[in-house]
Amino acid sequence: MASFKPTKVQVYPKLGEKVTQDTLYWKNYKAPVQIKEFGAITNIDVSPVAPHNFAVTAFTRIHIYGAFSQEPVKTYTRFKDTAYCGRFRADGQLLVAGCEDSVVRLFDVSGKVALRMFKGHTKAVHVTDFTSDRYQILTGSDDYTCRLWDMPNTTELNRYQEHTDYIRCGVTSKLNRDLFITGSYDHTLKVFDARMEKSVMTMDHGHPVESLLLYPSEGLLVSAGGRYVKIWDLLKGGQPLVSLKNHHKTVTSLCLSSNGQRLLSGSLDRHVKVYSTTNYKVVHNFDYAASILSLALAPDDESIVVGMTNGILSMKHRKNPEDYKGVIQQRRRPSYRFFVKGKNYVPKQDDYLVSKPVKQHLAKYDKQLKKFNVSQALDTALETWVRFRKPEVTVAVIKELDRRGTLKNALAGRDEQGLSQLLNFLVGNLVDPRFAPVLVTTAEMILDIYQSVIGQSPVVDRQLLRLQDLLEREIDYQQELLEVLGMLDTMFASSLPRKQVPCSAVSRSNGLAQREAGTQLPAT
Amino acid sequence: MVEHGDVRVVHRGGSKINFREPVISNDSSFLLCASGDCVKVFSTATEECVHDLRGHSGLVTGVRLRPSNHLQVYSCSLDGTVRLWDFTDGILIKTYVIGYPIYSIYTSANHEGVIFIVTAKSDQGSELFQLVAVQLRQCAEQVVEAREFSAVLPDVTSKPAAIDFGRGGEYIASVKAQQLEVFFFKKQKSYRFFLREDNKKGGKNTFTCVVCHPKDDCIATGHEDGKIRLWRNFNQKKEYTYSTMHWHHGAVGSLCFTPEGTNLLSGGVESVLVQWRYNQESEKDFLPRLGAAITHIVVSPDGALFCTSHSDNKITIIQSCVKVSAVIQGLVNGDGVRTDLMVDPHSKAMVLNGKPGHLQFYSLQRDKLLYNLDIVQQEYIHEEGLQQFEVVKAAFTSSGDWLATVEERQQKAADLELNLKLWAFDEQTQSFVLNTTISAPHEARITAMCFCHAAGSQTTMLVSTSKDGHFKAWQLAEAAHTQDEGSSSSWSCDFVGSYHGLVPESCCFSADGSLLAVSFQEVVTVWSPSSWELLTTLSQPPGAIRHLCFGRLSCSKYLLGATDNSLLCCWNLLTCSLEWSTAMATSLLLVDPLSENIAAFCYQAGSTDLFVFKPNEPRPLFSQKAVCSGKVNRAVFAPREEMLESCEESSQWLNRSQLYFLTPYMDLMTFSTKAEEDKLMASSKQLVIDDSIAMTPFSLLLGKHRQQQENQDPLSVLSAERSPLPQGSAAIKELLQTPAHVLPSTSFLCSLFVQSLLISVTDSREEDKHVEEEMESDKENSDEEMESGTSRPEGGSVVDQYVHAADRPLTKAQIREVRRVKKLDQGWMSNILDT
Repeated sequence: MASFKPTKVQVYPKLGEKVTQDTLYWKNYKAPVQIKEFGAITNIDVSPVAPHNFAVTAFTRIHIYGAFSQEPVKTYTRFKDTAYCGRFRADGQLLVAGCEDSVVRLFDVSGKVALRMFKGHTKAVHVTDFTSDRYQILTGSDDYTCRLWDMPNTTELNRYQEHTDYIRCGVTSKLNRDLFITGSYDHTLKVFDARMEKSVMTMDHGHPVESLLLYPSEGLLVSAGGRYVKIWDLLKGGQPLVSLKNHHKTVTSLCLSSNGQRLLSGSLDRHVKVYSTTNYKVVHNFDYAASILSLALAPDDESIVVGMTNGILSMKHRKNPEDYKGVIQQRRRPSYRFFVKGKNYVPKQDDYLVSKPVKQHLAKYDKQLKKFNVSQALDTALETWVRFRKPEVTVAVIKELDRRGTLKNALAGRDEQGLSQLLNFLVGNLVDPRFAPVLVTTAEMILDIYQSVIGQSPVVDRQLLRLQDLLEREIDYQQELLEVLGMLDTMFASSLPRKQVPCSAVSRSNGLAQREAGTQLPAT
Repeated sequence: MVEHGDVRVVHRGGSKINFREPVISNDSSFLLCASGDCVKVFSTATEECVHDLRGHSGLVTGVRLRPSNHLQVYSCSLDGTVRLWDFTDGILIKTYVIGYPIYSIYTSANHEGVIFIVTAKSDQGSELFQLVAVQLRQCAEQVVEAREFSAVLPDVTSKPAAIDFGRGGEYIASVKAQQLEVFFFKKQKSYRFFLREDNKKGGKNTFTCVVCHPKDDCIATGHEDGKIRLWRNFNQKKEYTYSTMHWHHGAVGSLCFTPEGTNLLSGGVESVLVQWRYNQESEKDFLPRLGAAITHIVVSPDGALFCTSHSDNKITIIQSCVKVSAVIQGLVNGDGVRTDLMVDPHSKAMVLNGKPGHLQFYSLQRDKLLYNLDIVQQEYIHEEGLQQFEVVKAAFTSSGDWLATVEERQQKAADLELNLKLWAFDEQTQSFVLNTTISAPHEARITAMCFCHAAGSQTTMLVSTSKDGHFKAWQLAEAAHTQDEGSSSSWSCDFVGSYHGLVPESCCFSADGSLLAVSFQEVVTVWSPSSWELLTTLSQPPGAIRHLCFGRLSCSKYLLGATDNSLLCCWNLLTCSLEWSTAMATSLLLVDPLSENIAAFCYQAGSTDLFVFKPNEPRPLFSQKAVCSGKVNRAVFAPREEMLESCEESSQWLNRSQLYFLTPYMDLMTFSTKAEEDKLMASSKQLVIDDSIAMTPFSLLLGKHRQQQENQDPLSVLSAERSPLPQGSAAIKELLQTPAHVLPSTSFLCSLFVQSLLISVTDSREEDKHVEEEMESDKENSDEEMESGTSRPEGGSVVDQYVHAADRPLTKAQIREVRRVKKLDQGWMSNILDT
């Protein structure tokens, strides 16, 4: 006497990305905090010192946000035109920003009025940065020049006019006070040494350079421009190391995770990609609502801040594991005691152990199937939760009923509500290729059974019309797909080289071998 | 033609045990059932076969206990004899020659010395059967002619369930079609009751079985539409009554009253045993999911055991309607074997599809079903006319680590449901565990499937060909490199191939796995599995190729194919040309995995011929015309456990493996050689009893030893000591098979028994071993001394005395000396080690 074998619910392979350590790490963020700014957010900079505030440059303002605040801590509004590139100094005390009106302003983080104004550029200044000795400022402008300024007396120290197009990005070395790198729309990256008259190194990115990033070791340089992210080895004289093409629109911003193991790139295609810096493979991907212009990570990856073209600033904070622990433990403790009650008795040596037969647990629909209650089995499988969350269970039950030859009995004799529920499920899942073979026969049966009552209930009629629409659309899709397939076939046939098969003397009559282009997916 | 005088086709196991209802002995310890040409005696407690009662030369059609002696049993057979057996010892007591084929047998307690048999009415009209009573004469001879017939009922069916005796033999009830006939022996009068063919609701009223209440005047009949009718007052023509009970939705397969008549048991195609209370018909108990349709129900005379036999060649023993206590399972070969016959490399069992949705593993050596592997894993709905999933293809890797199965279900005209499942062998459970399920691997039916046989290769590959015009290669993909927990490797499609849209029919890997041959109708394509390149095509039009196989070992350069217009072709793969071809209507081509031999079954003029040949030799090694009638479609080479040392040329091909095949009537046959039969005869001869001695097991045991000693006497002492092991094991066998009450006392046997286990040691061995040996013999000495007073058969321990002779040089004093020396020695050794 065998026990009842429960209905087999087909397990479908999970499509999409596989769960890795990286996905777990990068998914462990709370729902984003979104703040609307006045215009496109062009730059985000994280303060290097303790509260790690963000300087967010958007339109004519720079807002400073605290790590967890949704309101700006501080606002700089003294710009005549669009502000660019608000950056903190290494001690977090000063902030520099360029502007569309070609004036570079230096602020104290506690004050509101600019401490210094550097005038000299003739066009908008998109690049500003402090050098590592803290007393000089690097600026790059649309007038093709980049300059070094002395902070205390606002004088221009150096001017380099080597780029032949707008300079839109630049970084200074954190280790050497004289070194800095600029990237320009003339496709080049140039490394300058303040002690030299000319640039010391030039690299060709191949596209207008939008963003630059130096590794903490400063041996590697990352540049973004066009759809490409390129890694350069500075110690080998600017040799290109890797070229990454994972975005399908211009890459606008780069950022390195706090441990230096992951590189993040944001792009106008609304994705942020996370690369592993060991093999430069994409390990994770974030989607955003609009094109991304700027991107920053707080220290220890505590939060990801992304600025977009539509002026929305999105902040994601890391989930705190301690927040949940207390709650779960409090709830669990009594229930565990309850379940273990009387079961932790260890039998003594002479005890005669009577083992209770293990009770087979059956799902609700299986209990009904075991009793041959086919209609009830279908009803339980069509319960709202199952129907929406686990349609494969419902389909498995329908398939089982079909196998038993009792599907027609189970489908028949339903009232308006039951029928519309069933049709609703069909409309939702009929075109799913996993379920289609089962559900098409079901739909046919329903039409056979209920064709006499069509027109009596408006609810059911509406569902049937929806079903008809769905099928028509699906047929159109299939037709288009077949057309595409045909086109692909011709292309493959013309591109594959014809190969002569060695024919033996006996089998001379045989023609060429046809090799199927290995496009067919495994049928799993 | 090669002579084949010493190779014979023999039946080998797997016969039906559910053909007729089994019989339970009075003490409920044995179960007897007809199985092919013999009657099998099973132990109800251990499920083991205790005896085979062999002697009939035709199919055994009935087994009944002899009412006057409950240790004896009658069996009848189509060979026209009724035999009386002592089933506890497995001895044939008497043979009654009737002279006509007998279809069933009945006995009744009221009729001493009379048996009732069903025979065909006349020789020409075999459709009509009659029940006759046969008077058995008392006489001393073994073979008795029994010709005193008296017809009882002129028109009955041959089904044994259609006739039953009531009230210990006062009357007899018989059903046929829509008619119930009751015959009273005292009045010599019969009453007939008719039912209409169809009732109002469209059910069929045809009787299927009848059973009489043991204490009451009541007859229960089962019907085609699932109804059970209880008839009363049937001793008159008009005022009979019946009541109807209905639970079964299919035909009632069998009915049985418990010995006291308190319960009625019924069973049918639903495979549920239903227990009805007599006189309280609304109360019933169920025992569901017994596995297959119930064909017979039997209750033991004390009512403690129920026994049901099922359509899947199974007998279930149930303890008081609640618990299945034992299952005796025979080889399941229902309507046909869809899979090929295979041999599981791990268990060496023959594998074929058995119960619906299962693969059965059947041990050929032990003639026993090892286990069923549930392939479909779905609840089986016992309903007629329902399309179920069937296992249609299966394949093993050469190491047995992987099993691939294909199950399909063809719903009426709807599309085909196909599943390809891959099973991994689990060392711990010694069974197969499902690894991957591929639903809809192909769009149409799979025609062939094979694993790559290469022994050393890292990857395992499976190729399946289908009617949709493609063949697909499946490969074990290693587990994803990511850190997923618990994700093991699974199978996925590696390559899809086709050739001019033709339908592939069969596929085969070469022995080293470097070539794959796929036949597309008339064309054989040869592919390289490593690069999936089409290497060459071979064709021999006309005629589509049905079977394809590569040669092995020294013949691995040959590829053989059999076409459907009776041509057997052999291609040489080195020259890519046809080596030879011959006209042969091959129905099956089979390669011996252990040698170069290839067996071809050819269907010609209603019977099958067998040819065994090597591809590189012009003459066949062996050929036999008319192996069996009908077409042989399933056969397998099963490797032998130990190689045969046959020097005869014609039977050399059977040295390494044995060829089994299934006839169209689902009989499992094999080829046996003379050497093998001699061996079997020799083993059975050991048990043959010498006529001069009275045949008690006691004399059997002791007489044996006397013979041994007679043989040993002239030999030297040493050889006598070396030989006892094999003979001793035979003695053990006898010892264990003989009932305890006829054995001599245990203390006497003990020394003999221990002696037989000992490996004798000569003087030249180590001293300490001698000491142990001496201690043993000391014990035996004392045993002998104890027993010397009792009457002991002389010569019973001559072997012991030989041992004494061998050990005599050491006396007890000497042993003590040796022990002392040993102790001293060790102390001395340890001193040295310490310093």
